Order: sequence, then structure tokens, then C-alpha cells
Amino acid sequence: MELNGNVPSGPLAEKWTKYKSSMPLVSPDNKRRLEVIVVGSGLAGAAAAASMGELGYNVKCFTFHDSPRRAHSIAAQGGINAAKNYKNDGDSIYRLFYDTIKGGDYRAREGNVHRLAEVSVDIIDQCVAQGVPFAREYSGMLDNRSFGGVQVQRTFYARGQTGQQLLIGAYQALSRQISLGNVTMYNRHEMLDVVLVGGKARGIITRNLVTGKLERHAAHAVVLATGGYGNVFYLSTNAMMCNVTAAWRAVRRGAYMANPCYTQIHPTCIPQYGDYQSKLTLMSESLRNDGRVWVPKNIEDAKAIREGKKKGRDIPEADRDYYLERRYPAFGNLVPRDVASRAAKVECDKGHGIVPTGLGVYLDFSAAIDRYGHSKAHSMNMENPSSQQIYDLGKAVVEEKYGNLFEMYEKITGEDPYTHPMKIYPAVHYTMGGLWVDYNLQTNIPGLFALGECNFSDHGANRLGASALMQGLADGYFVIPYTIGTFLSKEIRTPKFKTDLPEFEEAEQSVRQRLTGFINNGGKQSAESFHRRLGKIMWDHCGMARTAEGLATARRMIQELKAEFYADLYVPGSADEYNPELEKATRVADFLELGELMCLDALTRNESCGGHFREEYQTEEGEALRDDEHYMYVAAWGWQDTSQEPELNKELLIYENIKVAARSYK
Amino acid sequence: MRLNLKVWRQKNAKVKGQFETFQVVANEHMSFLEMLDVLNESLVSNQKEPVAFEHDCREGICGTCSLVINGQPHGPMNGTTTCQLHMRHFKDGETIVIEPFRAKAFPVLKDLVVDRSAFDRIIQSGGYVSVDTGQAPDGNTIPIGKDVAGKAFEAAACIGCGACVAACPNASAMLFVSAKVSHLALLPQGQVEAKKRAQKMVHQMDEEGFGMCSNITACEAECPKEISVENIARMNREYIGSSFTSQDK
Repeated sequence: MELNGNVPSGPLAEKWTKYKSSMPLVSPDNKRRLEVIVVGSGLAGAAAAASMGELGYNVKCFTFHDSPRRAHSIAAQGGINAAKNYKNDGDSIYRLFYDTIKGGDYRAREGNVHRLAEVSVDIIDQCVAQGVPFAREYSGMLDNRSFGGVQVQRTFYARGQTGQQLLIGAYQALSRQISLGNVTMYNRHEMLDVVLVGGKARGIITRNLVTGKLERHAAHAVVLATGGYGNVFYLSTNAMMCNVTAAWRAVRRGAYMANPCYTQIHPTCIPQYGDYQSKLTLMSESLRNDGRVWVPKNIEDAKAIREGKKKGRDIPEADRDYYLERRYPAFGNLVPRDVASRAAKVECDKGHGIVPTGLGVYLDFSAAIDRYGHSKAHSMNMENPSSQQIYDLGKAVVEEKYGNLFEMYEKITGEDPYTHPMKIYPAVHYTMGGLWVDYNLQTNIPGLFALGECNFSDHGANRLGASALMQGLADGYFVIPYTIGTFLSKEIRTPKFKTDLPEFEEAEQSVRQRLTGFINNGGKQSAESFHRRLGKIMWDHCGMARTAEGLATARRMIQELKAEFYADLYVPGSADEYNPELEKATRVADFLELGELMCLDALTRNESCGGHFREEYQTEEGEALRDDEHYMYVAAWGWQDTSQEPELNKELLIYENIKVAARSYK
Repeated sequence: MRLNLKVWRQKNAKVKGQFETFQVVANEHMSFLEMLDVLNESLVSNQKEPVAFEHDCREGICGTCSLVINGQPHGPMNGTTTCQLHMRHFKDGETIVIEPFRAKAFPVLKDLVVDRSAFDRIIQSGGYVSVDTGQAPDGNTIPIGKDVAGKAFEAAACIGCGACVAACPNASAMLFVSAKVSHLALLPQGQVEAKKRAQKMVHQMDEEGFGMCSNITACEAECPKEISVENIARMNREYIGSSFTSQDK
């Protein structure tokens, strides 16, 4: 089936403005009679729940955390993009739009991305008004820095804790609506099914994670803002509880999952060091503003470092290969994430890796410390400063910019990154794929919407740094409050739904059966152990480099693992109590199905683009080779009945404003 | 390394709890929570009930993890959450006592898991700027000094974990509440409502059953984000000032 993204007609730059002024509205009086469920309380969910509460809708917001402030948006470090052009360096809405489309390797929808760039400027204003303490210059004006894939400075930040500060802003706005009675908050409630009445999303089934009680909640529309599925790889930079269950339950009720194989592998994470490891830790992309990535030129040096006979700082300048600067002189260390990650893998595969596993490269700040030290000494009129003085002055500057990240690195590795170059390696970080949505952010199920990382809409095959926060807040503050009206304006005569409808009964029974099935399964292995094994299959075959053969093998292995899971899973305790093992089992069960679909999607897409790199499709220089003639489409998979093969639906991507070209950062 | 763990077990909020002892083999590169993962994996594989503890980001920012380790909230390292604490700071053969955060306002839900929703209700009472989406002027309209923005940031860096309450002999929430009062009172955007905010948040803090502050400053010492007690002084000033001037208490 061919899907339509419902992008309004007219010139690109006028689409959103014209659409906003002509879309059907819901009067204040009618808003009071309409109920909306928001699942998730991260940037997208909290912003949406707060903004819709302000408009007068009756909002119910759900989170599985103990508080809405815990959502994983909080861990975003580097910053948020906006086309403010405060730096006078040539930025504009069009340029942010262009960079995002190009960064996504020409696999995103033009209309959505332009709207994102337009509202980006309002986000910064809104956050400042909420009291978000963004970094300032001495003049008192907002400060900016650079991120990958971009040649302007448009990233706003609050030290290395931008996500935290933005989320707290949204959480406070949400808290205000809770206190006003416009939003009812349900903490420690996990959504386990979506309820369809007459083909429209009209409610959800949740489990109270403290008491185990299943509850039915009805509304006129359901908004999912439940984040990404990077934890399908087990090891990722995602928080431990991030999962795909809410989105996957929607798929099992008929929603389409779009481009599931588009996964972002972030180039700068702390390398894996042991089998017991539970997660990987990101070192913000902002570090590539000042850090230089390198490996030893000579394989013997790399070997000596791996064996502990040499240290990175012992390698003289002439024997270092700053491979990003060498291969991509125009963007240097600030190439997009997919490009930087693959380049690291290439060097490590050639034997230049610098940690015992062979999977690690250096991110070095010594040049930055030296440069800042000289500049500071100069501004202080110091004559003939000693090298120690320069180091101390330079270190202080670096500390002010990235102090908390350096501290975090030292806590985890036990090594001082000011005196030794950081060791880093790529790790799973973000998922560009997600529930298919149209321009209104509505899925193919009427009344079911998806926001933020949960949807697929804006980043194509690769997301640029500092754009996830932008998209989450754009969707929540400035898009859904308008676009949900296109659906709800037709529902003003629909009375509130009762939860004793047969559809609710059926959904609750199916959840109950599933949970008791896990409890009574009577096997021997923990959900965690299956998750680890799934993650290894995914990383080995559906990670940074993929092949047709590997993907086909992986799909078979996952099917076998799923069969073993249902035969030998053990879950302690009961379903009527606080039971984290049961929660894990439901999430792993859904990851198993998603993982299989990711492999199929990657296998079907016979090209390389962005984060999806098929080894068979690359240029002579090892860059991703797209096939625009055959694959310039969104793959939206339906898989309601998992006993059948998944069904592929296509949305063709049409570029009217951008000339599609090979992506180059050289 | 071999460790003896004395862990608080409690079925739910209604029953009494007690310590249970476990042996676990860990290595020094593990984080503290990975060590507990190893314990739980072995309990589950022996068909026993794992120890319930809360955690999520494991990067020291979400504020979900807690635990009192050998008498100290978030363990022995300064400025470190439990999830960022590594086993290299413990000795082979050591006995480690692990308890939940204890405070009347934080009832135990199970084992090491406590209910910290009182913090949410305090924020709901006034810990925000009353601005609707779409009302904001350009972000550079009001210049904010770099040092002021920096101070506001340092107060806003609170992760809402509750270690300050667990550290305080009075189970006072003054550091948490004052961090929010300070964050917003320092910024021009938050000053409009500053007086009302201090009154409402202090009132809600008392309602929740947190104790009084007696300047012990254990909160600052144990805070994983090193939030300063200077914020408490600032809140007291805001509160006292508003008691004399605010129309709307």
C-alpha cells in the first residue's frame, strides 16, 4: 500500500503558517469536554501534556517512572539547535532545514523538517521564559556552540546538562497544569495496550507498577511520547528502563512501524570493558568542538598501547593519525555521527584500536588546552608563561566548558582525561525509526498520535546532534497542540467513553493473559539473560555494518531465541505486586519481535544511507552509497499478526525544494 | 572481590522489614548497581526473589537511584550518585550495609524502593514560572549576567533524588526546596512570582511531613550534585521577606 504523509500543498516556507490558519479549531467550551491521554513524560510528552492542559483539554498523563522528571530526555548532554542566527554566521530557517535533510541522508519528509526548523526559534524563547538557565555570554546574551554536520553555531546549551534543564522546564510547566487540575498525572503506571473502538484509538490499559492492578483509561485521543528503542541492543546509552512496549503494542493493534532499521550509533561513548556491563555512557558530541580524534599511525604503537606498554600521550605528534581531519577536511572532527562512527570502526578493524578489546580510539584535548592556555595568558598580559601556567589556564577553560563530562569520565574509567586522552568508541544512542505518522503526527490509526523519538518523522536515516531535544519540544509545545485539533474538531459531539465497553474488556483480558503466561511459564532463564543474547545478535548483525547474509542469519537466530524465551523464561513473584522482573519480561518479549523486524527492514533496504550501512553498498572510499531510484521511500511495516510475514507499506519521498545529491563532508 | 551484603528487605509498605545477608563475587570495575545486578541474576537463577531497588539512567542525572550505603546516602564518594559509584572504592572481603532512604515523608514501597512523590507535590505547589506555551518574548530580550545564569544553573542542577532528606537527622527537605526557590528567584523570569512561590513551597514542604532545618548541613555534604546550603539561606531570606510583604500567602 502507498501511504500519504498529508503534507499541505503550497510553497514550503508557507505550508505550516497557512495550514495553521486554516485548520479546524475546537472552541474553548468544547475543549473542556474532550479528554486526551498522553503516554510518556519526557520532553515531548511533558510539553504536550502541559500545552494541551493550558488549552483547556482534559489531559491524563502516564509515566512508568516514580516521577515525570525522570524520563530519559534528562540525560541529553550537549544542546538544542535553533535557527536564531544570534551569531550572525549565516544561519537561517532554510539552512537548518537543509542541514537536517542532508544530515538525514535524504530520507526525511521535507514538509515536517521545514516546520521543525521554523518552530525551533520559538522553543528557545519558551524555555528562557520558563527559567531554563542556558549558558550566557558576558553581555548577558545567549551563548551558542557547534555540533556535527553543521558549519554554523546554532546550538544552545546549559553546560553538559541541557536535557536536564529543558526537561525540568517542561516538568515544571506540567506540574503547574497538574496543580490547576487540567492534567491528571499517573506515576508508576505502564501502558500495556492501546484500545481501539470503531477503528479509532480511545484508550489504554495500564498496569500500576506498585500494586500490579490493571486499569482501563478512556479518552477521545491517545498520544504516545514513549521514546526510542535503542535498548533492543541491550547495551546502549539509553536508560535501563527505556523500551519499545508502548509503541510495539500499538503496532500489534495495527499501527505501522517506519524505518525500524535506522539506528544511530554515536561515535563518542566510553568503550565497553566487561561482560557484566549494564549500559554504555555517552560523552557528548559537544566535546568534538575541542577534542581531536586520533589513532596511532603505526600498528605496533597501537599494539603496545593495548598491552599497556605505552600510553597515548607518549605517541609523538608525527605518529598520530587524525583520521577525521585527514578524510573530511571541510568538517574535520565535526562530521555527522554516522560518518564519525564508521570511520572509527574502519581504523579499529585495521588494527589501530587502543583499548584491550581493540575497539577504541582517542579523543584528545591537549591541543585545546594548549590553545586556550595561550589565549588566556595573552589576554592576561603574561610575559613568557611557563608550560605549566599555560596548561593550568587552558585546563580551567576546558573545565568550565565540559567539567561535568570530564568528571563523569573519570568516575567511570578511573583515568584523568585532562592528562590522558579520552578513550572512546561508538555505541547505540538513538533510533530515527519509529511509529509512522503523517504531517499531523497522527499514525495510520485515527486518534493515535506519536511524538518525539517515538515517531520516525524528522531525522531521515541519521539525526544531527542537538536535534532530538529540538524535535521533542517542537512536537510537544508547538505542533501537537494545533494538529490534534484536526482530529478532535470532528469529535466534539462524541460523549466521554465508558471503560466497560467490550473493547476495553478484551484488551484488559489479553494483557492479563500475557502477564499470567509469563508468571506461570515455569522455565529457568531470566528475562535479562534473553535480553543480553538478543542485544549481541543485533549488535553483531544489525549494528554499524550490515550484510544481507548476516541479517538473514540474525532474523533466524532471533526467531529461535523467541521460541526459547517462551519455552524457558522464568519470572519470580506474582503479577499482583511490585515486580520489576515481570516488567522486564514484557519489554524483552516486545524487543524480540521488534529486533526481527529491524533485521527484515535492513535486509529489504538494499542500499546504504545514514545510520544504515550495508557493506555491499559503498563507494570506493567507503562512504554510504544510496540508491535513490529504488529506495527513496519510507518503509512503514504493519505486523499485527506475527504468525504472518510483516507487510511493507511505502511512502514515497518527494523533494521539491532540495536538490538530492550525494552527501559529502569532505 | 568477595563481599558480604547486609540488605534491607521489606515486602511492602504495610509490613516490617529486616536485614538479609548475601555473599556476592564482584570485580572492581563494576558499578555498585552492576554488583547488585550480579546478585539479582544469581537470585533469579536460583528461583528466589531479587532485591528491589530503583535505577534508570546509570549516568547520575535522572535521580532515580538512591540507597544508603554504609550509613551514607549514595555511598562514600563525594558528589557521586549510587549508579556512578564503582566497586574499586570498596575492599575485598568488606561487609556493605545497604538500606533505603529513610524518612517519614518517603515511605518504603518494597525493599530499597521508597515513594518520593512528596517532592512532586512540592513542585506542583509553586515551583514553576506561570507562562503558557506561546507567550514568550525573544530569548535575548532580557539580558542575564553570566554569573547569575551560572548560579541559577547550579541550583537547578538538583536531580530530586532525596539524598538531602535521607542525610538529615530531621529528614528536612530544605535543600531540595531551596534549590528550586533559588533557581527561579535568581532569574528575572522567576522573580515576578518569587514571594508567592517561597510561601507556597514552604507550606507544602511542611504539609508533607518533612522536618525542620537545624543547620547541620549534612544535606550539602551528601548531595550528589553538591548543591550549596547557600540556597537555604537564600530561601530563608525570600520566605521571611515575603512574610512581611506578600499579599497572597
